[in-house]
Amino acid sequence: MAYLDAASTEPLHPAAREALLAALDVGWADPARLYGSGRRVRLLLDQARAEVAEILGARADEVSFTSSGTQAVHLGVLGGLAGRKRAGRRLVVSAVEHSSVLHAAGVHERDGGSVETVGVEITGRVSPAAFAAAVAEPGTALACLQTANHEVGTLQPVAEAGEACQAAGVPLFVDAAQSAGRLPIPPGWSILAASAHKWGGPAGVGVLAVRKGVRWRSPYPEDDRESRRVPGFENVPAVVAAAAALRARVAEAAAESARLSALVDRIRHEVPRLVPDVEVIGDPVERLPHLVTFSCLYVEGEALLTELDKAGFAVSSGSSCTASTLRPSHVLEAMGVLTHGNVRVSLPRGVSADDVERFLTVLPDIVRRIRHSLGVH
Amino acid sequence: MWRRKPAPRELPQESAAARPSAPPATALTIDALGRKCPIPIIMLADQINTVGLGAVVAVLADDPAAFTDIPAWCRLKSHEHVASYELPQGGWSIHVRRNY
Repeated sequence: MAYLDAASTEPLHPAAREALLAALDVGWADPARLYGSGRRVRLLLDQARAEVAEILGARADEVSFTSSGTQAVHLGVLGGLAGRKRAGRRLVVSAVEHSSVLHAAGVHERDGGSVETVGVEITGRVSPAAFAAAVAEPGTALACLQTANHEVGTLQPVAEAGEACQAAGVPLFVDAAQSAGRLPIPPGWSILAASAHKWGGPAGVGVLAVRKGVRWRSPYPEDDRESRRVPGFENVPAVVAAAAALRARVAEAAAESARLSALVDRIRHEVPRLVPDVEVIGDPVERLPHLVTFSCLYVEGEALLTELDKAGFAVSSGSSCTASTLRPSHVLEAMGVLTHGNVRVSLPRGVSADDVERFLTVLPDIVRRIRHSLGVH
Repeated sequence: MWRRKPAPRELPQESAAARPSAPPATALTIDALGRKCPIPIIMLADQINTVGLGAVVAVLADDPAAFTDIPAWCRLKSHEHVASYELPQGGWSIHVRRNY
């Protein structure tokens, strides 16, 4: 099986596995306690925090570990809004944010707040001017923009959005889940969220960073853990493993990202050449190094995933028939691109070029067969 | 979850023009109600050449994917998405002009 769905989750990095096994033995005690074993675990936790903070471009005391990337997003968005209640109840989001951001926005709306959605170009990129205009509206409490889109890979103009937010005095929440560990974090964020299993760490570790001086108040009941930002007992072994994976990924990033990006270029170039009536989606240049999405006309997304699975390829799709909601992906809808016959290929670290070549070999015949079964010739 | 605003939706260059309250008559109506994508688009691709150049085909569809996918198909195939009108029973009448 060729695993080409790194954007859903990256396989555990060997450095994370090693760190996790070691930390399970020594990192079980309560880091909030003052006895020796507790203090040693506190040291492990704070060392991991310092490493993650440095790589993400934050101060150690700005970084808290959460129990998932989704929890980091929920806390980041709702805590950012709660901290700015007196400034206003208006939330600005891009139309292509991850569902965790949009669902947090939904909670805010049900609470009587308002949500302004900024649309995107056909590449999936937010227009910096439109975003700037939206955050400049009076009463804006918080703005949200991802570093890169999780379905199409397009990078967002975070640095420019950050400048616009600073000019308007509005904090910017940045969801860096898809790019952290692969690309440097752009400047301009006030609150940052990331997820360890996306960079090869274990599941169950998210990162929430709140810039010093940014008003933030937890939407949860009070708890002393993680500088009172995140409730619950820290999973120190997993946090240590997450930091080890991030450190290893960043050390490999320059060489591996260039290699993956060249493979993505090959897919972007070859798929429309080998398969008729295909639309390759997203920005061809300003994109994540490892992710490419395309839609095949006259093909059902589910059939495509099933056939690719049979042929030994694990990929994902934004087509409605593959979603529990039976709605097409809100990202593809917002871009105005084909939503059916959609395939997202995201390359994990170490993927072999042979797997990519094999994918390009089997895809044309699979698409042809599915179209044939629907009477399209 | 953010969703594209429901129909009617028109191309930007036409949005200034007055839009009749009821959808205008078309040369052909394709009933794809109850059919899931990509079937409505396959039906459209099959039948668009049965109308004259410049004539308009209406596709009736209620799969949410059709609302995005028929305009996207028009863009890819260089036909014109004229407008999409909401149907009283749910779904849309999506109007496409044959360009070639």
